[in-house]
Amino acid sequence: MRSVVAMSRSFGVTMDSRVAWPFAALVALLVFNLVFSSDFLTFQVRDGRLYGGLVDIFENAAPLILVAAGVAIVIGTGGIDLSVGSVMAISGTVAAGMIARPEYSVFNNVGFGGSILPAISLAIVTAGIAGLLNGTLVGILGVQPLMATLVLMVAGRGVAQLLSDGQIITFREPAMDFLGSGAWLGLPVAIWISLCGVVFVAVIVRVTAIGFLAEAIGDNRTAAALSGVPVRPLVMFAYVITGLLAGVAGILVVCDIGAADSIRAGRDKELDAILAVVLGGTTLSGGRFSILGAVIGALLIQTLTTTILAQGIVEDSARLVKGGVVIAICLLQSDRFRSGVTRAWKWRRSSTS
Amino acid sequence: MEGQLTAPGAESGDMVQPLLEARGIIKQYPGVTALNRVDFDLRAGEIHALMGENGAGKTTLIRILTGATAPHAGTVRLDGKLVRMRSPAEAQAFGIATVYQEIDLIPYLSVAENLLLGRQPMRWGLIRGRDLRRRARQALARLGLNIDVESPVHSLSIAMQQMVAIARALDGSARILVLDEPTSSLDSADTARLFSLLRELKSRGLGIIFITHFIDQVFAISDRISILRNGLGVGCHETNRLTRLKLVSLMLGRDMRAAPETSLPPRTVRVDGERSILEAKRMGREGAIAPFDLVLGRGEVVGLAGLLGSGRSEAVRLIFGADRAQCGEIRMHGRPIRRPSPRRSLRAGVGFVPEDRKQQALAPNLSVEENLILAVQARRGVLRRLGRADRRKLFADYVRVLGIVAPGPRTPIRLLSGGNQQKVILARWLATQPEIMILDEPTRGIDIGAKAEVERIMAGLRERGLSMLFISSELDEIVRDSTRILVLRDRRIIGELESAAATPERIMEKIAGVEAS
Repeated sequence: MRSVVAMSRSFGVTMDSRVAWPFAALVALLVFNLVFSSDFLTFQVRDGRLYGGLVDIFENAAPLILVAAGVAIVIGTGGIDLSVGSVMAISGTVAAGMIARPEYSVFNNVGFGGSILPAISLAIVTAGIAGLLNGTLVGILGVQPLMATLVLMVAGRGVAQLLSDGQIITFREPAMDFLGSGAWLGLPVAIWISLCGVVFVAVIVRVTAIGFLAEAIGDNRTAAALSGVPVRPLVMFAYVITGLLAGVAGILVVCDIGAADSIRAGRDKELDAILAVVLGGTTLSGGRFSILGAVIGALLIQTLTTTILAQGIVEDSARLVKGGVVIAICLLQSDRFRSGVTRAWKWRRSSTS
Repeated sequence: MEGQLTAPGAESGDMVQPLLEARGIIKQYPGVTALNRVDFDLRAGEIHALMGENGAGKTTLIRILTGATAPHAGTVRLDGKLVRMRSPAEAQAFGIATVYQEIDLIPYLSVAENLLLGRQPMRWGLIRGRDLRRRARQALARLGLNIDVESPVHSLSIAMQQMVAIARALDGSARILVLDEPTSSLDSADTARLFSLLRELKSRGLGIIFITHFIDQVFAISDRISILRNGLGVGCHETNRLTRLKLVSLMLGRDMRAAPETSLPPRTVRVDGERSILEAKRMGREGAIAPFDLVLGRGEVVGLAGLLGSGRSEAVRLIFGADRAQCGEIRMHGRPIRRPSPRRSLRAGVGFVPEDRKQQALAPNLSVEENLILAVQARRGVLRRLGRADRRKLFADYVRVLGIVAPGPRTPIRLLSGGNQQKVILARWLATQPEIMILDEPTRGIDIGAKAEVERIMAGLRERGLSMLFISSELDEIVRDSTRILVLRDRRIIGELESAAATPERIMEKIAGVEAS
């Protein structure tokens, strides 16, 4: 086995080596599932919708995929965004609140509530404003990204709780149900939404020069600024687009369960997103980033979670297993580790023969 | 005798036992022979300079002499006895102390803690502070240094840090000191202090190996000079028997008449008011540069000469907008540029190659091509990405025109040599078709061959009528490449010379404040 890169190339697919390893890990996990859980790869078509293990994984990963794509750009500029989980909670609460307009919440007094379009629009705009706040703190005022977004991570959940008066907002709205559990062209709507979101962002970033210039900023901010790159607007953009994506992700979560839980929605998603980005071959120090890698990373995390739960491991121990597998993948990505293992292997063979 | 390998001591005829003697050293790396039968010797009480272009094998030889790597063939003797050093720690036990170019002190620990790092006096698992400071003071006193041992290292000047590093390396038993480019970040006053320390150590019988690429310094301090070229020892000479030209030609292995100093006659461009392209009036910034006026004419190359810290970099940074001026105004073609910034300068047709390539110019992990098109893309705007064909064409054009040696457009730029990196940065700005180029030490930290090429590129730009502001620490370069020279001292522009009348000596007199009569 030469390398995954060479293998993927021989199949006519050129792939960045840093994306190749998590991709290989994803394939390995799927094969594992195939062998050890009998009904994993069975696909069933019921009511014109596809069901099966793979579809479930993709559907459950949809919010994480959206958030990770945004966080990849932010990390590419040399920043980080810890607030995405809280932004998801805010956006979900706004969407649910606007539809249900419970008496105890502020949404009761909003004039144009009740229907789906203003609800979703307002939720996404709110999330965009949250991103704008992050972007202003980091890009204009020069606050450390970790601190700036930590503020919103903590305060944002408080905002969501204030908006919902600390209660879980439930609603019944066919259109929202459709977003959460409906299907279109045989696939769950959530998958379509996350795919569209990611492709949209990837196109914006890679067809324009935004991605390249963001990478230049992350690799050497001073050099980029001295070369005339508009550093501040680009950094702002990265946080705003991440906020918007987190907003969409928050709506997806709310639609899925038919309720907005300001305490649990999007919880730990910021960490999962960072993990997905790093697994996808983007280094935390900034510079080169890969949206495709982040998507694969998100799928990997979701597959891992599903696999562990499918093996009957209780949720508390599952975290431990998850941690172990993540470390293993990170080690596989490390050139130094791989060459060390290769050397040790050769040395053993030469000393035993 | 010159130009051939001479046996140690043969020139002076004495039979001194060398302190350190390496014979027939061979070291190969995949694809290159780094050292090919190199001989080297060091006497007690001498400063022996090791010179050569980048890639000549200096570093490899030093690594072998300090136990960091093993030779494939050859012997190393200490006091005539064959030794085999398997690690830097073993070399240190043999009395060989090494101070590397990058100072490896821990900035937030005190001088005393740094000096005794790893061998702190301990009792019951705790560091004995008083003992630590006493021993640190002793170590510094041995070198005649008076530094507060309790101050954190980062609060010291680079020169002082360098001396602390030397003090740490010389723990009493050392007999050989190896200094790898110790002065590359020092100004002349600090260099003088370092040199007086080295002379003191030499008088105590230490053998010192001194690596540098500053030719002046080699002649100022060394007793002998060994020159390496492409892994071969091409000569070992008594310093006072070697001329500068001879040294340079040994290092380069080229006929020095081909070097740009004789191929480019000095040129003067007359500037009248109408042809001025850039005009700075009373620009200044507190603590950086006193308010100054500067006029740059079309086709002019204005050199800024002065010592490190004289305000030369600060002045051009204000003009480019890299730092914000507190007062004054700047005009291009007579039109004022309000609040200059790198973006506004880029749009106005001003390019800037900053002093510190690594910190301020390179995006190290991005590709050569991406580094090259960065400013062009920034000017086109964020949305209109430069097409693939255009990118490749820019890359191919500048690789050809500037002679950039790179494996390909997608190679990360950090893998290129310093000279080629610098050419890419030049290309980054030339690709924007600027009217004015600001070049702050464009030849710094690159090997002599690349320096000559960069100067040749500048000469070509000058011929094409590009206006330039040019800073260099090497007065020869300033004199050679400028059409007019501004001299700075103590954050102030203090004088002006036409290049026809300028010599390095006259500039130095001005810098030193001695007006020629």
